[in-house]
Amino acid sequence: MSIKNRRLTYSLAINEALHQTMERDDSVILIGQGVKSPWYVGNTAQGLIKKFGEQRVIDTPVSENAMTGAAMGASLAGMRAVVVHPRMDFMLYAFDPIVNEAANWYYMNGGRISVPVVFWGVINRGGEQAAQHSQALHAMFSHAPGLKVVMPATAYDAKGLMVAAIEDDNPVVFVDDRRLYNTEDDVPEELYSVPIGKGIVRREGKDVSVIASSSMVGEALEAASILERSGVDAEVVDLRTVKPLDIALIRKSVRKTGRAVIADPGWRTCGLAAEVAAVIAEDDPGCLKSPIRRVTLPDIPAPASRSLEEKYYINSKHIVDAVTQSAGVNIPL
Amino acid sequence: MPVDKETVIALYREMVRIRACEESFVEPILSREIRCPVHLCTGQEAVAAGVCAALEKKDYIFGNHRSHGHYLAKGGGMREMVAEVYCRETGCSRGRGGSMHLIDPSIGMMGSAPIVAGTIPLALGAALAASIRNDGRVAVSFFGDGATGEGVLCESLNFAALKKLPILFVCENNFYSTHLPIDEIRVSRRIYELGIPFGEQSHRVDGNDVLEVHRAARKAVDLCRKGKGPVFLECLTYRMHGHVGPDDNIQGTHTDIRPPAEIEKWRKKDPIRKLERHILKKRVASKSELKEIQVQAEKEVLDAHDFARSSAFPKGEELNLYVYKE
Repeated sequence: MSIKNRRLTYSLAINEALHQTMERDDSVILIGQGVKSPWYVGNTAQGLIKKFGEQRVIDTPVSENAMTGAAMGASLAGMRAVVVHPRMDFMLYAFDPIVNEAANWYYMNGGRISVPVVFWGVINRGGEQAAQHSQALHAMFSHAPGLKVVMPATAYDAKGLMVAAIEDDNPVVFVDDRRLYNTEDDVPEELYSVPIGKGIVRREGKDVSVIASSSMVGEALEAASILERSGVDAEVVDLRTVKPLDIALIRKSVRKTGRAVIADPGWRTCGLAAEVAAVIAEDDPGCLKSPIRRVTLPDIPAPASRSLEEKYYINSKHIVDAVTQSAGVNIPL
Repeated sequence: MPVDKETVIALYREMVRIRACEESFVEPILSREIRCPVHLCTGQEAVAAGVCAALEKKDYIFGNHRSHGHYLAKGGGMREMVAEVYCRETGCSRGRGGSMHLIDPSIGMMGSAPIVAGTIPLALGAALAASIRNDGRVAVSFFGDGATGEGVLCESLNFAALKKLPILFVCENNFYSTHLPIDEIRVSRRIYELGIPFGEQSHRVDGNDVLEVHRAARKAVDLCRKGKGPVFLECLTYRMHGHVGPDDNIQGTHTDIRPPAEIEKWRKKDPIRKLERHILKKRVASKSELKEIQVQAEKEVLDAHDFARSSAFPKGEELNLYVYKE
């Protein structure tokens, strides 16, 4: 098998995953608001209607609850539906079909029928879009047993995790970030999947583990190069899947470095970073040379004004700060 | 549209089975042998029987919290249902669901759930799947008058009409949303009119007249199969027990606040007695033949309880099974 690597953007990698899975399997359908409109979904859905028709690529009324439930119902009836929420804030209307129905269906029916559905939600932060157009809600979904939640940080993973989510027999929440849509990566042309539940070390290091998800992975790598200049050797762990967490990988890294900084684009309280911190603390607190640090959004709704956004969002600088506090070193930026 | 004799008898048998099964739960609930919440459908049997008799095995149905009748009428095994109500490993949901989570995908009973209106969009999706595959299947969503307060019903009515999906929305209007009489939750009692603004065929039938329900359902299913769906069907009916458990005014355990005179009025409209009168009048069957059907149903029910009671509970160490499909 030859793997022809070429550069592809994150959004086109998702598009390719959809093309290839729909081509391979007639039961795969895409449903959701805006699949006809690049304004909604960028180029992630380009060419799909032309190739597969409006029967399988369905633009919908603004009815998140019913459309998400319908995606699940279609999956109960033998399809593999992907339902897209171009802004995941609107997914809150669909909490019932996602959390009450899909997450529980397999369990509460004693394994009689599974729900191979993908709930795809896009984070759209920044741009003065304010509190209802900017939210990263992955932690809410991660709380519910029965759901899997993935957050690709690279174009390679965007394709591979979308394929894996579609192939999975369980409901998978696929959370991507529009900020990443133009980032490029080597993406094989052939169809492949990235295993759900496995993280990856993006950069080996010995002084501190920076454990990151989604858009924070890139920020963590940037932080690592800044830290390197000051002699701090940071390891960057990309969680890839946030439910179920790759606990073994997290613990292995922290046991090695003895320090943990967790960077997550969600809120602080009961967030993903809190869970990762608990996973570390429950393992062997003795291996920690300094307290765990979290880099998260504050417990504040997203503001509109750029002057407030600047204070609100987190980036590599916040990660560098957390690492220097953790490592007890002083790094002039 | 005439209903042939075999179907009339089949409808009678189905209602008698459901009734016998429902009433058999009263005692074990009171003795706490059965503990999960049980929503009895006594009085509403004609809707389940009449609609499901219009369906084929391949068709899909989705239920709600009060779905014993739907499950049985679609062809679900009584043993497996009763065992589920007892929360045993041999139950249709292996004791993980209880009375509110009945399922048997092999006969098109795709599941039931107590989140009011929660399964309506699931049925919508099953109809969408049938429409994409063009496989001639029809989906039925059973919900109550309480579900008409949920926004997802309107979303689903709209999308179904927009895509001409093969779905039958069956509202079992029993005039009570748990404790609240219908006039306290809606301005209009004419629920079937909900389908009209979406351009759907919408009808109201006497939900205690199984022949009327069946005829309307056959017509609706036929339309759906021809690509002329969806159809909205409101069935006027009444539950003879309180919202949950065997509770009623006579028992006086206070979840049922309905006026005794009203209950009495509906007792006279009992769907089984009504069909019985029709059968005897039209000489479709004799009294003794009907008696035999009742005896058979009682036997089946006793057998199902024996099966359930002799079945094991799920093993504690298997608590974590079925969270994910491996």
